[in-house]
Amino acid sequence: MSSVPEILFRDVSKRFRPADPPVLQAIDLVIERGEFVTLLGPSGCGKSTILKLVAGLEPISSGQIRVNGLEPKNARRLVSFVFQEATLLPWRNVERNVALALELEGRSHDDALQTTGKLLDLVGLTDVAQSYPRALSGGQKMRVSIARALATKPRLLLMDEPFAALDEINRDRMNEEILRLREAGNWTVLFVTHSVAEAVFLSKRVVILSPHPGRIAHTISVDLPYPRTAELRETDAFDALVNQASRLLREAHRA
Amino acid sequence: MKKKLLLAANAAVVFVALLCVWQVAVWMLRIPPFMLPPPMSVGRAIVMRFPELCTSFWISAEAAVAGLLGSIVGGLLVALIFARLPWLRRMFFPYTILLQTVPIVAIAPLILMWAGQGLFAVALVTFIICLAPIIANATQGLISVDTNLLQLFLMHNASQGQILRKLRFPHSLPYLFVGIRISSGIAVIGAITGELFAGSTRVGQGGLGYSILYAMSQLQTDYLFALVFAATILGFALFFTAMFFEWLFLHKWHESARSESIEF
Repeated sequence: MSSVPEILFRDVSKRFRPADPPVLQAIDLVIERGEFVTLLGPSGCGKSTILKLVAGLEPISSGQIRVNGLEPKNARRLVSFVFQEATLLPWRNVERNVALALELEGRSHDDALQTTGKLLDLVGLTDVAQSYPRALSGGQKMRVSIARALATKPRLLLMDEPFAALDEINRDRMNEEILRLREAGNWTVLFVTHSVAEAVFLSKRVVILSPHPGRIAHTISVDLPYPRTAELRETDAFDALVNQASRLLREAHRA
Repeated sequence: MKKKLLLAANAAVVFVALLCVWQVAVWMLRIPPFMLPPPMSVGRAIVMRFPELCTSFWISAEAAVAGLLGSIVGGLLVALIFARLPWLRRMFFPYTILLQTVPIVAIAPLILMWAGQGLFAVALVTFIICLAPIIANATQGLISVDTNLLQLFLMHNASQGQILRKLRFPHSLPYLFVGIRISSGIAVIGAITGELFAGSTRVGQGGLGYSILYAMSQLQTDYLFALVFAATILGFALFFTAMFFEWLFLHKWHESARSESIEF
């Protein structure tokens, strides 16, 4: 493993306008290659903003961010972003939505379609490859969005509450699937959610943020072995971690 | 399907009933035919002067279609420039409203004075009247792209050209077609207005607008009605052609173009 951390935040602050109060203040965070880290916090604590900073979609106001030692903007090739909504192109069918990222990176049409086929198989959407987004369920749309993100073989996946709009059963299922997919890819993941159970189930580390301005309040290590399966949710160890995280989240919210 | 047939049958019954009322009213009230000809004489005028009517129809159709197509191409080009250069858009967008608010009847004589009397001048009047809805709608479609989608493209280092081709343009299509639909409805107005001032665009023959003026001066009111009827048909034809293309391009993915939900 290289000594360069996958993501490095050094005393990062962010204001959207110079006169505004900061949305993020004094963020220090190191994420190693292959880690699954979740940012947990109430709405308005700047979770999504952190992802946008890592993606180089927003400039920082002070401090330093490095992605694999590079400026975020220059590291985009290594990164894929999964948005809160599926953000599919409604005029493209499933297959061509997944192929989009490959096309943008200049891969040939045939090449792109071949990769796409494998990915759709991986996320279980081969049957609807020719369907348009409006015919898909919320869960299916999110799978397309994830397949699209994986198409460029990213090292780092940024996921902004990707399953927030799904019902609990589908969300649990997607959580299991993400972990299953990750076994093959071993990407680093920075995940944002406001669901405590989701955070604990997925991550190696849960970072709890407090709002106004967004700061890191606590960090919890989740020492549960991978691969994790649905049964994990019924164990006492899982419950204990969820309770601990909930308590810390409440404290952070009050502070 | 059954419902649609029933609707069509209803409309047909109403149409025939109106014709009957018209025929009876003219006869009972002894309205002179040069004031209001009975539908039977209008029908006769259509049949007797059918070739002439068709010629006028096609002349106007040519001008209306040329002007409309020109406005689609021109309007889209302007919209692309507006979408690319926001400062230019802020400077010039208000003037596109001016295009729409200037009464076309008032400026048509000027345009004809500058552009001559031919088909080109009539098409130009149509072009001007059709342009504003296309520019306004296409621009709206090109710039109102979802921020997340835009960021997705940026994440993959998409070029401006790729963003335009793969995101902004397809996203603008439903908006553009709203503009085209509006313009297709007014294209005939443009063509006829132009012809009212242009006179005959071909030696010895003129479009619907010219023929309307001529029929009026000759008190051929039955033929005047026939011309109005032809102009209406032309308007419908353009409108439904526009709707057909809208359906063709959008029905696979866009809600507005599903056959059940099309609104007039």
